Amino acid sequence: MANIVEPTIFELSSPGRRGVTMPASDVPTTDLPPQSLLRSDLPLPELAEVDVVRHYMKLSTFNYSVDGGFYPLGSCTMKYNPKINEDACRLPGFLFSHPLQPAETAQGNLALMYEMQEWLKEISGFAGVTLQPAAGAHGEFAGVLMMAAYHKSRGDTRRVKMLIPDAAHGTNPASVGMLGFTVVTIPSDPRGNVDLEALKAACDDTVVGMMLTNPNTLGMFDEHIEDVIKMVKDCGGLMYGDGANLNALLGIVRPGDLGFDVMHFNLHKTFSVPHGGGGPGSGPVGVSQRLADFLPSPLVDIVEEGDDEIAPLYGFVAPKHSIGRMKAFHGHFGGGLVRAYTYILMHGADGLKDIAQYAVLNANYLQARLRGTYRIPYDRICMHEFVVEGRFDGSDVRALDISKRLMDYNFHPPTNYFPLIVPEALMIEPTETENKDTLDRFADAMIKIAEESQTQPELLHGAPSTTRFGRMDEVKAARELVLCCWLPEGYSDQ
Amino acid sequence: MTYIPISPAERDAMLQTVGVKTLDDLFDAIPKTHRFPQLDLPPALTEMEAAAHLADMASSNENVRQDLISFLGAGAYNHYIPSVVDHILRRGEFYTAYTPYQPEISQGTLQAIFEYQSLMANLTGMEVSNASHYDGATAAAEAANLAYAQFRGKRKKIVLSPAVHPQYREVIRTYSQGMGLETVGDDIENSESGPEAVIPHIDEATMLVTVQYPDFFGRIYDYADLIKTAHEKGALVCVVANPTALAMLKPPGEMGADIVVGEAQPFGIPLWYGGPYLGFFTTKKSYVHKMAGRLVGETMDARGNRSYVLTLTAREQHIKRERATSNICTNQGLLALAAAVYVSVLGRQGLREVANLCYQKAHYAAAELEKLKGFSLNRSAPFFHEFVLNTPKPAGEINRYLLDHGVLGGYDLGPGMKNQLLVAVTEMNSKDEIDTLVALLKEM
Repeated sequence: MANIVEPTIFELSSPGRRGVTMPASDVPTTDLPPQSLLRSDLPLPELAEVDVVRHYMKLSTFNYSVDGGFYPLGSCTMKYNPKINEDACRLPGFLFSHPLQPAETAQGNLALMYEMQEWLKEISGFAGVTLQPAAGAHGEFAGVLMMAAYHKSRGDTRRVKMLIPDAAHGTNPASVGMLGFTVVTIPSDPRGNVDLEALKAACDDTVVGMMLTNPNTLGMFDEHIEDVIKMVKDCGGLMYGDGANLNALLGIVRPGDLGFDVMHFNLHKTFSVPHGGGGPGSGPVGVSQRLADFLPSPLVDIVEEGDDEIAPLYGFVAPKHSIGRMKAFHGHFGGGLVRAYTYILMHGADGLKDIAQYAVLNANYLQARLRGTYRIPYDRICMHEFVVEGRFDGSDVRALDISKRLMDYNFHPPTNYFPLIVPEALMIEPTETENKDTLDRFADAMIKIAEESQTQPELLHGAPSTTRFGRMDEVKAARELVLCCWLPEGYSDQ
Repeated sequence: MTYIPISPAERDAMLQTVGVKTLDDLFDAIPKTHRFPQLDLPPALTEMEAAAHLADMASSNENVRQDLISFLGAGAYNHYIPSVVDHILRRGEFYTAYTPYQPEISQGTLQAIFEYQSLMANLTGMEVSNASHYDGATAAAEAANLAYAQFRGKRKKIVLSPAVHPQYREVIRTYSQGMGLETVGDDIENSESGPEAVIPHIDEATMLVTVQYPDFFGRIYDYADLIKTAHEKGALVCVVANPTALAMLKPPGEMGADIVVGEAQPFGIPLWYGGPYLGFFTTKKSYVHKMAGRLVGETMDARGNRSYVLTLTAREQHIKRERATSNICTNQGLLALAAAVYVSVLGRQGLREVANLCYQKAHYAAAELEKLKGFSLNRSAPFFHEFVLNTPKPAGEINRYLLDHGVLGGYDLGPGMKNQLLVAVTEMNSKDEIDTLVALLKEM
């Protein structure tokens, strides 16, 4: 089987081979900088165009993707990415506009950004939105910086504690760590809600705020959400909402209405921006009125009102007490905002509500199909995802084995070993873009695997067996740390 | 119901399996007073209508390929993107996959990122590269995090060259506000000076010195002396580099840089009004445990196949939580693929040609512009494809005049440097375009 390995582009290189050629210079020649400033060698590969195409085509066939099959990766919202988005974001007017060109020559972009800000406010119930953050974790960092700036602006410098439930995504505590705050972990109660007694005990005048994912990573909407928010606010804290799971809430409830102060959106989850094998994402942040002046700079606003005849003039403005700039330029405009804008434009209010309703229906349907076969530690009506335990009495089969075995049935595994509060967790998020047949085939495979765990556990321990690659030696990778390859020794470009 | 593949009959059967009557019954846990808000959004469009609407919006911009001649750079560059790049990027197998957490069925993404890491390390002259950052500015900010971790918080001073991109300097300040870092050296009075103005700020409290190569004003300096001084004081040095220039210039690794970061947008990524772009981050192997971001390493599968996995994940947020090296999770996977395809298809020869064309055309433009009455260049250091043009009038005024004639003149360095224009020239600018710019300024 070892013949499936594809050489690297460095191994495929052959001296003197050419791909794309650039035109000859049409200007008089100038001497190069002094030799001491020039590089002696450029050790990069040499390939023909067809070599490059065949190479990356071959690599693409080694990937599992949403276009290829069911991808129920919990908390990642791997929904179908509409093809129209791809065409929209490649329109020449978007593709070839420079971030620093004068605002009056980029009114199409600015209008799109302005409308996007307004729509996200409407969808979430917030007073202000920045489109700048590049991804969810980047938005979180912006959010936590704003929370810190808010307290500081009031001279309230004792606040150093951030309350984070034990079910939270790892990015939450990591964002807090970047500011040097202390994380106080709040346990979950037996129904998967925030434990109110523990929360009450942690609430005092040193609390910066709370970072809550709701629905949480168990897929549960907190049944006491209003009490939780009230407790945090009563002690002077701010309420952060992790918007990773917003897909369940579109048109169902607005986090701003519930009293959240700040929330990031993951346009690459909720609003169909493709995940790209790990990005680019897009992580706008919405805030309540009291945080609006602290938003990252710049925002898009109307700088000259229009009328019936003339369109308004859009431009960039800086919030009064901005925390500053989160990245160069204006955010993930082309690859993020244009795709998400197209998606919202095609759904409208009712379409967005459909998304949430069917995402929740699909999750509950799968949960119902797996109930009785898999242990469901928090078993009630879930939102867009749910968590089962990937282990069985009297068997040494683990969540990892089940995940790998699912590949043999041509499914992408769920998120495994997360959330940390469920042993051998398998976190399943089907999304709204799967039909009943797919869900049934997946449930059938899961049930079959549960049987196999009793009858043929070795099948699971050795899985996957039908994929092109088998299990990887992760210890070897970390021990040897081969992180780059080079041209073969003695390679010459003569 | 736009992308929902469930019929009403199937829906009803599923509701029955779940044990509820209607879709709305699934949401009893939501506080009743706030349940089902009526959102005020424009009515839904069909695909045909949406396509027309988006085309209208896009065409109301003036773009630098069809409408305007552009000499605007300042961190985002108009380069030719070979056709192959987008054909590969449009493979659904690449763009609709997630972060490669399951390596057995993600080898395409993993090997592509491994190759990207290799290309960037070779280009910068460094030992390791991570899988990407959001952009060049955040990569520069993460270099400060690495240095902070290296000195375990005992050194808190960053010496920042005033010739680092102003937006990068802003982002470094935003990122470092939580750690109580002190940033010195980039006061505006110094913005015309070179590394000799930066060196005196470096002392035993300095954790990191950050310079740019070529610098924001386009100038090329050998930073070997600055790096030597920094190392004598125990500080690390981060060089923010332009990847196109590195096809021609001595790699910062050869000068002794500890960290080389930058913006890889010039490598096959469209201008896209500022993003998404691609931050690259390369360093020495000894700092790899303190480096943020995803990292792909080579290994072997159970069948003896060479293969790749995400490695050293113990540094990351989903394991280390508040003690992680950074909170970074999603980064720029697809754009790392774009850069890998771009570099592969141009190859060592093609990339040299791009760099040489940029250099030659920029120097032709500079030579012609400085012949004009009232215009001049500061030629104290060699430059690559961008230079500061001293103008007889405020640069803003000149830009407005040029825009009236369909030309983006460059980046206005005002108000601090108000009669100075930062002009960028790439392989996309023909001699005719350059001559047009010169003729327009002559007539002004």
